[in-house]
Amino acid sequence: MSDGTTDTNRSGGLGFAVVGAILLVVMPLLNLLPPEDSWFHLSDFSLNRFGKFLAFAILALGLDLIWGYTGILSLGQGVFFGLGAYCMGMHMMLTIGKESVYGSDMPDFMVWNQVKELPFFWKPFYSFPAAVIGALLVPMAFALVFGFFAFRSRIKGVYFAIITQALALAAWLVFNRNDTNLGGTNGLTDFKQVLGYRLSEPGTQRALYVITVLCLGASYLLCQWIIRSRAGRVLVAVRDSEKRVVFSGYTPANYKLFVFVVSAGLAGLAGLLYAPQVGIITPAQIGVLPSLEMVIWVAVGGRGSLAGAVIGAVSVNYGRSVLTNYFPELWPFMLGGLFVLVVLLFPDGMVGMIRKGKDLLTRRKAGEEKPIVPNQKVVVPEGKR
Amino acid sequence: MAEPSSFQNSIIYLDGVTVDYDGFKALNHLTFMVDYKELRVVIGPNGAGKTTLLDVICGKTKPAAGRVVFGQDKELTGKHADEIVKLGIGRKFQAPSIYGNLTVWENLDLSLKRSSKGVFPTLFGKSTAEERARIEENLETIGLKDYAHTRAGSLSHGQKQWLEIGMVILQDPSLLLVDEPVAGMTDKETEQTGQLLQSLAEKHAIIVIEHDMEFVRQIARIVTVLHEGTVICEGTVEKVQADARVREIYLGRQKVAH
Repeated sequence: MSDGTTDTNRSGGLGFAVVGAILLVVMPLLNLLPPEDSWFHLSDFSLNRFGKFLAFAILALGLDLIWGYTGILSLGQGVFFGLGAYCMGMHMMLTIGKESVYGSDMPDFMVWNQVKELPFFWKPFYSFPAAVIGALLVPMAFALVFGFFAFRSRIKGVYFAIITQALALAAWLVFNRNDTNLGGTNGLTDFKQVLGYRLSEPGTQRALYVITVLCLGASYLLCQWIIRSRAGRVLVAVRDSEKRVVFSGYTPANYKLFVFVVSAGLAGLAGLLYAPQVGIITPAQIGVLPSLEMVIWVAVGGRGSLAGAVIGAVSVNYGRSVLTNYFPELWPFMLGGLFVLVVLLFPDGMVGMIRKGKDLLTRRKAGEEKPIVPNQKVVVPEGKR
Repeated sequence: MAEPSSFQNSIIYLDGVTVDYDGFKALNHLTFMVDYKELRVVIGPNGAGKTTLLDVICGKTKPAAGRVVFGQDKELTGKHADEIVKLGIGRKFQAPSIYGNLTVWENLDLSLKRSSKGVFPTLFGKSTAEERARIEENLETIGLKDYAHTRAGSLSHGQKQWLEIGMVILQDPSLLLVDEPVAGMTDKETEQTGQLLQSLAEKHAIIVIEHDMEFVRQIARIVTVLHEGTVICEGTVEKVQADARVREIYLGRQKVAH
């Protein structure tokens, strides 16, 4: 439409291609080609860890869609992530077979808990396609039902945040129980294979990494397409003035439900990719605290910017994995401090800081000839009013 | 039919409407009608029920008694705000309510009347040439042609008000409700707003609520004076200003600039 938009489209497209090439081609090659003692060598561990961060970035995209663009703070994204991860985890538990510690066809924790027969809801997960589809559809269906009632009852703002946090707590409690038959506190772990490929093989992990990059790229394009459609502008309009949206003939509740379901699907996809790369999923990764951390990723990267969500998820998690090595007890304080700092000083996160810096530079270059807003006329008040 | 004859010609007809806020009657058995393509100004002191009148018409407030009829036979009583919008009633709020983070063009594009405003038609929808032409024309009408790609949040107060009027017009309403459009505007902006409303009155019926008597004199053909939730006088500006009760309750309290 405007010249400015096409400009950003072009530079955005270039950035997407460059980052995509680095993630998709350069990183796996650095892992594969240079000898292990070379400076350029990327260890299996690093690549695998980076794959985990990129899975988190997919979740951050969805959270940015609902929080950054639509202005609805969801503190329950961890639940959708967990549903996706558990769906995939259940499939991998069932494919362990006789390799398990107890040598039974049943998952180890069930043998330990003296569960005689596989619970009915485990059975569909023998099938790999069912697990993948379940990892996407179960969180989406759950968000659809939960969101339908929440948005129809006009729950918004801080109340929506609280109710989704309660959801995260409830999910954590349910997943922790042994009677739920999902492994209790220990969760699901000791996975051996996916589709016959051994998870312990570096090649399998490399493939999972590449799949994660492709999924992230596809998710990014999906979110971008939504944002640039007219419906995406309705989402921003809901954030700016919900009242006007109603009086323009839209039903905001339907748009909120749509974006909530999409964000749940992306969180489920993130969980689906997380489980085989990390090798364990426990309730500790889906409760109140992880859900809050996810919000911090987006805040640090810059909400209302898709690139910001990705940058935030990767950089905060990278910082976490480095710092927890050296100061494990301090990490929660650093994370909290980071959040306060961002909220107080950089409300638009890292992307906002970069943008401001760029603005400053271009303005200095252009001198005072160019006004900030093109064609802005100065309205001189005539007489008192 | 026992209805008054003018009811046949009216676009909006309120019959004995009462709005009760915990014992305070914001509207008290109010009967009020506006003809097609009429520009009607409603005045009255604070708390007279002016904004409540608009709230009742557009479905934001439910009356305790009475009924509201739109056009010949469309009963509005009990309908939701979004249904009423679809029937053809547009509302301009008192404080500018626009989408500050979208451009002027995007603001207008979202407001444009379309066959469906559901999530999926909106997600896949593309603008047609005809729709773009309508937006161009609208930009001309509201005097924001040079600002099409400016972020709406950075417009001046007056421009925001015009933008919102433009957004409401693009919904193609047959009745336009406008709440204090010139509050906070400069004299020049006020005059331009008056011209804008008068030109719009050629195609739409408009109800304007206003405090500013100079502005009322500029645009009004017929003025309705509300007081304590009922109509106490209706007629030309001259007739209303000459009315003894109006002088006593309204004009007496507020110095009128000559």
